[in-house]
Amino acid sequence: MHLGVEEPIRECQYNQICTHNSSPMDTPHTKKKKIKRKWQVFQGRNKFYCNGRIMMAKQTGVFYLTMVLILVTSGLFFAFDCPFLASNLTPAIPAIGGVLFIFVMGMLLRASFTDPGVLPRATPEEAADIERQIDTTNGPSGPGYRPPPRTREVLINGQTVKLKYCFTCKIFRPPRASHCSLCDNCVERFDHHCPWVGNCVGRRNYRFFYLFILSLSFLTIFIFAFVITHISIFLDGCTVLEVVVCFFSVWSIVGLSGFHTYLISSNQTTNEDIKGSWSSKRGKGNYNPYSYGNFITNFCAALCGPLPPSLIDRRGFVQPDTPQPAAQTNGSGACPSNQVQSHMCAQDQCIQSTKFVLQAATNPLLHSQTVILGGGAPLQAKTSLGGPCSTLGPSQPSLPSSIPGLSCGGELMALRDSEIHCHHHLHHQHFISPEETPSPPAALPCATHLGHHVHPAQLFDPASQDSLHEDSVRGLVKLSSV
Amino acid sequence: NTFLPAATVDRLSFHNLQELRHSASLATKVFIQRDYRDGTICKFQTKFPAELDSRIERSLFEETLKTLNCYYAEAEKIGGQSYLEGCLACATAYIIFLCMETRYEMILKKISMYIQEQNEKIYTPRGLLLTDPVERGMRVVSFAKSQDGPAGFGSPSSAHSPARSNQLSP
Repeated sequence: MHLGVEEPIRECQYNQICTHNSSPMDTPHTKKKKIKRKWQVFQGRNKFYCNGRIMMAKQTGVFYLTMVLILVTSGLFFAFDCPFLASNLTPAIPAIGGVLFIFVMGMLLRASFTDPGVLPRATPEEAADIERQIDTTNGPSGPGYRPPPRTREVLINGQTVKLKYCFTCKIFRPPRASHCSLCDNCVERFDHHCPWVGNCVGRRNYRFFYLFILSLSFLTIFIFAFVITHISIFLDGCTVLEVVVCFFSVWSIVGLSGFHTYLISSNQTTNEDIKGSWSSKRGKGNYNPYSYGNFITNFCAALCGPLPPSLIDRRGFVQPDTPQPAAQTNGSGACPSNQVQSHMCAQDQCIQSTKFVLQAATNPLLHSQTVILGGGAPLQAKTSLGGPCSTLGPSQPSLPSSIPGLSCGGELMALRDSEIHCHHHLHHQHFISPEETPSPPAALPCATHLGHHVHPAQLFDPASQDSLHEDSVRGLVKLSSV
Repeated sequence: NTFLPAATVDRLSFHNLQELRHSASLATKVFIQRDYRDGTICKFQTKFPAELDSRIERSLFEETLKTLNCYYAEAEKIGGQSYLEGCLACATAYIIFLCMETRYEMILKKISMYIQEQNEKIYTPRGLLLTDPVERGMRVVSFAKSQDGPAGFGSPSSAHSPARSNQLSP
């Protein structure tokens, strides 16, 4: 089950109408695009709660059963048996019971909600690198040639250990790691998948699991013993229920605790024990390379060893430029919604260019002034334009002299006039001939002409004016097609 | 640069690192795999890969990897301090980890500082970018080789141009 990514795959299209990316309309759109946290795009079959803080397996029904059993039995004990026992025997009984109960619940929740040590899947580059290494090791495969299973052998403490390649996660599993088919993850030091706890038991939560079953066995024995005491003194309906639950629990829980105590003292996982990986029956020289020799060190290492942090970084944000892991098929992170953007973009261009044209038509001089004032020495620029203005006229044969107030104003006005000219023509549905369409190169001679009198950089930027002009023309063309 | 307050310098260097990372995602990568000969502890192979032969000296590479391996060994060491931390945590039902950082996490922070320092001093001037293994699930140490040679990851301006050109082209 893939979490989080609901957007369909969008193809990156090149839209010829939309010319520029930095229009102000784009930025609110990109701001609205939500940045996802890594747990939302996690590829395993896990459930996440509290915005990625809690991680559990997909099937959690049995976990709720565990909670109910513990809560109900303990609740009945505290409600019905403790008053009797506290008054008749000692109030220390409910106190100890309370401490045990809190410890059991704490360890259960910790074991259930903690990341067991999931190994994140390989990035596409890593997967490709490993494939390359495997190919060079195995040699080219011809038709009908079955490639050997992907394994690597490594010598650990004198024992040959086979590292298997995980086809789902595209990694060579570290020693003692295993792939959980229920959660669809590779887990470090994989013990087993526990439905009672609703999670895998691995390197990061094994101690919590062990302390849970150990404390639960103490709690069960505690309740069982005192309930029997209570029944022997005074028979009660609720008490009988507790006896039944405790009786069955004692055998299973205490048995399980004993089994895991043995596993810890020999530093084995349930997985290894079931497979008999380090059993002496396999061979004479077969021994556990991970064991520290004595059971005290093994115990301390398992329970008090350093706790590594989670490798999957559930609450981190997905970076748009980092490559997504191999198994993920959609590229929603990499490819923005260009279709919607370009559609919006074209409309915005139309709106902008129409505004521009209308503004230019109504306030030509004002418009040219504002552009000029953008640089330094505005007054100088203005007065100096008076000169070349008249000489500009003949070089632009397309200038309609009938349009009022447009004979003066320099380079900018030449552009604006041509636009209005185009616009005028469009409305009459005339085809715009090439010589009538103001082309950017036509603006350049004017720029060089004006350059004699005023610093071009102060006056205007020809490149930006050209692009604006282009945009507005394109916008007008778009308008005409509507 | 001396007149800029420290916070601004940090922000600038962080921003530069983001740009470098973007360039790194476009470069070729060289991966150093884990070395499991000492068991399940975190250790990387110190064998010098042939692809880096032209870019960096063997001694510098080995020095970096050996230091990283030492850091990881220290983080995973089972000794007095880890026992104390484990027992204290167990006694407080692991609530203490809400306030306190584990020793492993502290060492991981030291490692990321070390990697950043190594990148600035040694690898970026040679057109390489070293990625923290923690970002790759402790599977590999990855070196990103820039296409432009030693100048590739050299300065923020050079990191800017490939990023921008990719944005503009559809």
